Amino acid sequence: MSTSTTSTTSPKPERRTLGERWADLPKPVKIVVWLAVALFFYALPLLNPPLLSTPESDFGSVMFTVASYALVALGLNIVLGYAGLLDLGYVGFYAIGAYTVGVFGSLHGSLPFWLLIVLAVCISTASGLLLGAPTLRVRGDYLAIVTLGFGEIIRLVALNSEWLNQSRGIQDIPRPPDITIGGEPVFEVPRLLWDGLTATVDLGNTSAFLEFGLLDGVPYYWLALSVIILVLLGDVLLQDSRVGRAWEATREDEEAAELNGVPTFRYKLLAFAMGAFIGGLSGALFAARQGAINPETFTVQLSMLFLAAVVVGGQGNRWGALVGAAVVAYLPERFREFADFRVVVFGLLLLLLANFRPQGLLPPRRARRAQRAGKRLAELEGTEEGARA
Amino acid sequence: MPGTSPPSPLEPNRVVPLSTFLNLTFTGLVVGAIYGLFALGYTLVYGVLRLINFAHSEVFMWGSFAAVWMMTLLNARAGSGGPAAVLYLLLALLAAMAVSGAVALLVERVAYRRLREKKSPPLVALISAIGASFMLSEIMGLRDRIAGWLNLDGVLGDYVRPARENTQFVNPLPNATLLDVGGFQVRSTQLIVLVAALAMMIALEQFVRRSRLGRGVRAVSQDAEAAALMGVDQKRVVQLTFLLGGLMAGAAALLYLMHIGVTRYNVGFILGIKAFTAAVLGGIGNIRGALLGGLVLGLAENYGSQLFGSAWKDVVSFLLLVVVLLFRPTGLLGESLGKARA
Amino acid sequence: MPDLAKDTAAPAPGTGEALLRLEGVTLRFGGVVAVNDVSFEIRRGEILGLIGPNGAGKTSCFNALTGVYQPTSGQVVFDGRPLGRRKRYQINRLGIARTFQNIRLFQNMTARENVLVGADSHHRAGVLNSLLRLPLHRRETAEGNRRADELLELMDLGHRGDDLARNLSYGEQRRLEIARALATRPKLLCLDEPAAGFNPVEKQRLMDLIRRVRDMGNTVLLIEHDMRLVMGVTDRIVVLEFGKKIAEGTPEQIRNDPAVIAAYLGVDDDQLTDEEENL
Repeated sequence: MSTSTTSTTSPKPERRTLGERWADLPKPVKIVVWLAVALFFYALPLLNPPLLSTPESDFGSVMFTVASYALVALGLNIVLGYAGLLDLGYVGFYAIGAYTVGVFGSLHGSLPFWLLIVLAVCISTASGLLLGAPTLRVRGDYLAIVTLGFGEIIRLVALNSEWLNQSRGIQDIPRPPDITIGGEPVFEVPRLLWDGLTATVDLGNTSAFLEFGLLDGVPYYWLALSVIILVLLGDVLLQDSRVGRAWEATREDEEAAELNGVPTFRYKLLAFAMGAFIGGLSGALFAARQGAINPETFTVQLSMLFLAAVVVGGQGNRWGALVGAAVVAYLPERFREFADFRVVVFGLLLLLLANFRPQGLLPPRRARRAQRAGKRLAELEGTEEGARA
Repeated sequence: MPGTSPPSPLEPNRVVPLSTFLNLTFTGLVVGAIYGLFALGYTLVYGVLRLINFAHSEVFMWGSFAAVWMMTLLNARAGSGGPAAVLYLLLALLAAMAVSGAVALLVERVAYRRLREKKSPPLVALISAIGASFMLSEIMGLRDRIAGWLNLDGVLGDYVRPARENTQFVNPLPNATLLDVGGFQVRSTQLIVLVAALAMMIALEQFVRRSRLGRGVRAVSQDAEAAALMGVDQKRVVQLTFLLGGLMAGAAALLYLMHIGVTRYNVGFILGIKAFTAAVLGGIGNIRGALLGGLVLGLAENYGSQLFGSAWKDVVSFLLLVVVLLFRPTGLLGESLGKARA
Repeated sequence: MPDLAKDTAAPAPGTGEALLRLEGVTLRFGGVVAVNDVSFEIRRGEILGLIGPNGAGKTSCFNALTGVYQPTSGQVVFDGRPLGRRKRYQINRLGIARTFQNIRLFQNMTARENVLVGADSHHRAGVLNSLLRLPLHRRETAEGNRRADELLELMDLGHRGDDLARNLSYGEQRRLEIARALATRPKLLCLDEPAAGFNPVEKQRLMDLIRRVRDMGNTVLLIEHDMRLVMGVTDRIVVLEFGKKIAEGTPEQIRNDPAVIAAYLGVDDDQLTDEEENL
């Protein structure tokens, strides 16, 4: 019955996994490691590492795309991975964020950039609440279709509404304000130039700190990465709290959760709204980087790619979501001939994963925990069961 | 409202002549019958498996291309008429039903069977089907590239291009006006579509109700375990269910082409949501419900587009879906494939 | 609010005032009347047994008073307040907690986390508190953990806290469900066949446990098939048959009630166990 998942592998000497070793490290060491990792990712587009770098498009811009997918994946992971709600219209919130910045920054207003971001986030969160409040009570698989419809409706509204400029879209979307001293960048960061495995510092090709220009994607990447780090931090804190437990319980058994005092609907709505918040934020950053948007960007295919990012990585694991997003966003850029086929390829990947590895490439903590505990139990059980019988 | 407010966009359409209303009603029923036929695939599969057949939209889309290609193959000319036209249409119907049926079986085999045997949670099956759905649609959308790889571009040129644009369907039947009363028109194509869709649905209902295989479908949908104990081969019932849904979607695809005239690689997406809405509206799992849901949706959509402008047609049907799910999630006729009655 | 470490002495069994009253509760599903005009009360500090043959409406009755179903007519009054149309989590927060006949734990959470979910039902820290680790969050986390420790210990699960619920043995899972329910600080603990599938030794241990829970000041409603267990542990018993209450009284009275004997006890024990197996 409940222990049917225990594996029957031969007992091995207890080996500590990487995760367990990591958990035992003293806190200052952990912080230093984290800082080093963060620094590495900030520097990545400038390091321009030979195999990783994208020969056919600007590596900095690609890294920004990866980062914006990663942000979306983190948001969708809260909705799908934590609360267990299959949202197929996530692109809708992304579009709302992008359009808010476009409409109030260029088309019908010229609000300052940071205010635009705040507004975008508010509007997309509000739309999440508005969509979620009536629909989160329906069955899980129905919710998938309703959200699918929602995502498409947002696109159709943008396409048909005169006020939103229809298929022409919006241009001249404001960029983030530069941080300069008297018009000059604070400092310039040079890039590495690789010749085989030897690197030289290329002083002719620098990224200005912090100037949001048209060509150089690196400053936008920095901005997005900073947002990701903040969101990650919040994600970690929230998951290990009353809120995170309530989500997990709701996903596991909604009725049992409810009867143990969890207002499940409220928590589902909360997850939905937080997902919308992050989706809108990501869309706003995307619009600011692109400078121009039109309805055709926000198709259902994009929703599918977002979904693929979370499912590929492992629903419920934030690191998995990040890895999944990197796979989905980066591979088509690195291998351009593959770009047109990415929907086919990731569709296939979804199909294969659902059938053969539903927990994804990096299963969440709980799934791994279960496997380990299962193994340990298999060893213990013989004696215990014998005593009981 | 202040009296000086600008005229609402609704204003010009407020007074609708009777003939317009009748036309809207009639075309609404025609489109609705197509939705209903398409919706059967959702209803049947949901009735038996309690799962949404997400890839059903692509089953329809592939059927529509089969019909288009059959006409290209036959070198049909639009409106040529005569007995040949009827034969051509029947061949196109056959092609569409065959291809849709085959794709439906493929979906069952690839996306659902393993998960059904493992008793995976519904969301996993849904994700599997989403993957299959996007693959099927994108393969159609990239057919020119694929043909290029295979060096078949010269042979298949007419069939694969333009891969991402609308593809015209050549209807060899002339579209005669059968009736014109003060602006209210009934065209022959519309009438054929309506009658054919209803006939297909009646045939299906009779099949499920009376045949031995159909009884198996009903038995499994009522109580899968009991049916298995009584010796019903569940695997075959599931296959049959997908096949029937696919055949009906193929027929719906041809009728859709006769009515609308074009298809494209992603035509299934919005139409699929609508057919699903029709199924839910009538009561998912209920065969007559699918028809009723389709007709109601077709009417609502047509009236809605008259009120708000045709660009908002899809929004109307989406809102209808949300409203139904909220206030009557079991649909108008209730969910009962088992009983197969209204 | 009853706490585990309650210092007030429990009232003498069965003499307390009513904690929960069913007033003419009827529950109808389509044409079937599952519960028919049933009234009884559960008194503070007692262990009340709810028994009856299969299909007598025990679980339906149970579901009506935990808010899973709305009664078709009649009402449930808890602690002086009618349950009315309260949501299920609100009913839990009023002080009614339950376990399930077929175990429904959060299988992929650890035993401790399961209990913490229950403990959280009285916590208030939301997103802001959790994100900023404000004092309220910290205080509640500490309180929840303390409570989880106590309850796991009480249920003999102290060593299993970090194991996933689904890796616990059957008996441990049943006990964990009770711990989770107790963590919500119920005034009334409802146990739905907690001994199903237990061997006699385990049943005996469970009886001791139920008594201990009661002695800490809790009121317990117990649905059970096993007559020995019910007779041994309860203070009073309500008997249902075909959705109707046919008797109510002390175990002694019930044992000698002709209607009950006819309906239920006439069937000998072996047969009862068989029925149970067939569930």
